[in-house]
Amino acid sequence: MAVPKVCGLETEYGIVVVGAENNPVAASGVLINAYMAEIGRSTGFDVSEESPGRDARMIHEVSVLDPDPELESIPVNTMLTNGARYYVDHAHPEMSTPEVRTALEAVCWDRAGEEILRRSMRAARSVLPEGAEIIVHKNNSDGKGNSYGCHENYLVDRAVPFGRIVSGIMSHFVTRQVMCGSGKVGSELLGTSADSVAFQISQRADFFEEEVGLETTVRRPIVNTRDEPHCDADRYRRLHVIAGDANMSETSTFLKVATTAMVLSAVEDGFSDQIPIIAAPVPSIRTISRDPSLRATIEMLDGSRMSAIDIQWTLFELVTDWHARHGGESVGEGVAGRALSEWEAVLTGLESDPESVADRVDWVAKRRIIDAYAARHDLAPTAARLRAIDLQYHDLREGRCLADRAGLRRLIPESEVLTAVSAPPETTRAYFRGRCLDRYADAVIAANWDSIVFDIGTDPLRRVPMPEPLRGTASLVANVIEESPTAADLIRRLAQ
Amino acid sequence: MVERTQRQRSRDGGDDGATEVAEESASAARTDLDDILDEIDEVLETNAEEFVRSYVQKGGQ
Repeated sequence: MAVPKVCGLETEYGIVVVGAENNPVAASGVLINAYMAEIGRSTGFDVSEESPGRDARMIHEVSVLDPDPELESIPVNTMLTNGARYYVDHAHPEMSTPEVRTALEAVCWDRAGEEILRRSMRAARSVLPEGAEIIVHKNNSDGKGNSYGCHENYLVDRAVPFGRIVSGIMSHFVTRQVMCGSGKVGSELLGTSADSVAFQISQRADFFEEEVGLETTVRRPIVNTRDEPHCDADRYRRLHVIAGDANMSETSTFLKVATTAMVLSAVEDGFSDQIPIIAAPVPSIRTISRDPSLRATIEMLDGSRMSAIDIQWTLFELVTDWHARHGGESVGEGVAGRALSEWEAVLTGLESDPESVADRVDWVAKRRIIDAYAARHDLAPTAARLRAIDLQYHDLREGRCLADRAGLRRLIPESEVLTAVSAPPETTRAYFRGRCLDRYADAVIAANWDSIVFDIGTDPLRRVPMPEPLRGTASLVANVIEESPTAADLIRRLAQ
Repeated sequence: MVERTQRQRSRDGGDDGATEVAEESASAARTDLDDILDEIDEVLETNAEEFVRSYVQKGGQ
């Protein structure tokens, strides 16, 4: 039986300063510190147990982090009361959502992350010189060959061989962009001119050079092998996914996470033999990205040719079959049904009239605006003005964000998003983390994904381990926290 | 693929209502698009072309 697909999103935002020195590392720090100061909090994140160099293929473990000295001293790194991590990574502000139980919750806390970035931009204005401003974009490239990620994480069963996960998920990672690509004007593929492509489906497709690997910043692989579960490593893996775009459309985020969680569940439940295998994934991910007509076909391992939509239909039918036999408990029963009908509707729309999904699919929504603007003003396909529209689609500032004007459907009520700015999900250990940070702020010395360290006034410091992502939920610990006025009370009650 | 699409649709049951709704929303979308195009020049970043030319990020993950 597939393990629950606990999941989360990590987004590195584009950042630029106008009206003052444009130093992205310093600006990212200013942004986060201004926000933390405004909400009156500061809690350290304990990185001592991070090991992003651990490889799921058990090949080797490289030394920690990046040798770039600029990155050695992480200036800002904090956990929020909603269970998220907000920090500076590789010269970008990064928001990792709390771990959640369903794709709908992932959308909610991803949107809460956007709201936190928006509030951070406002807070930063008060500490910057008059007229200066930090602008944040939720995108994945600068149009000049520099890319930064929106990663996803899924809990998978350690007992399932990693090779089976790789071969099971590859076709989805190459083709799901038709539903969740964010769209891009021009090419950033090394060795091609920027004007060689008018518009492509994915922001990220130009940057994948390997099928499988450990890297995330160079020679990026479609399937990343980082093996750092942040939980019980004997029972689980955390599949770290780097082959996705940051989405403005809630439906694109929902489908990205829900379909991936379901395909992974089907693989865990033994359906992987029926998954179509793509002969050459790296060229194929680019071919599909560069064909907004969706008619291109790619070669399969068995010599046949399929379009991205054909492959998506095959995966859809396989997952429908999986759902009929196993139920959708691993991804949340109600969410599975909703995701299947949305998946079917979007594929049907893409196949018959792509414009019909302009209210749900980012690349379609963006392309529609760009094409119409180009036609109205008689612009060349990759004109600077069209690149500016592309960029500003992702601008998070109120009033400037073009995605806000694109007529995208909302899945999550605004009130729930605003609640999620400070409140954790109730369905995972993020609840315990977030509530402790809120209620015992002064006593929390460090908070990590899988532990919290408390100073309860008497030596030694107390570390509370959280190796199981589904313990520490509201139903399990809300009462204990409610009945513990201090951290010392909490520790005493947890020890009982 | 046409066959498959028809099968998918027929499984949803009666489709006429859905088609009407889709047509209405498509027409609404066209109106909205004209509105967006009307607004876009006011909303675009000042010196948008220069802004996008000088927009350079450090690579990340």
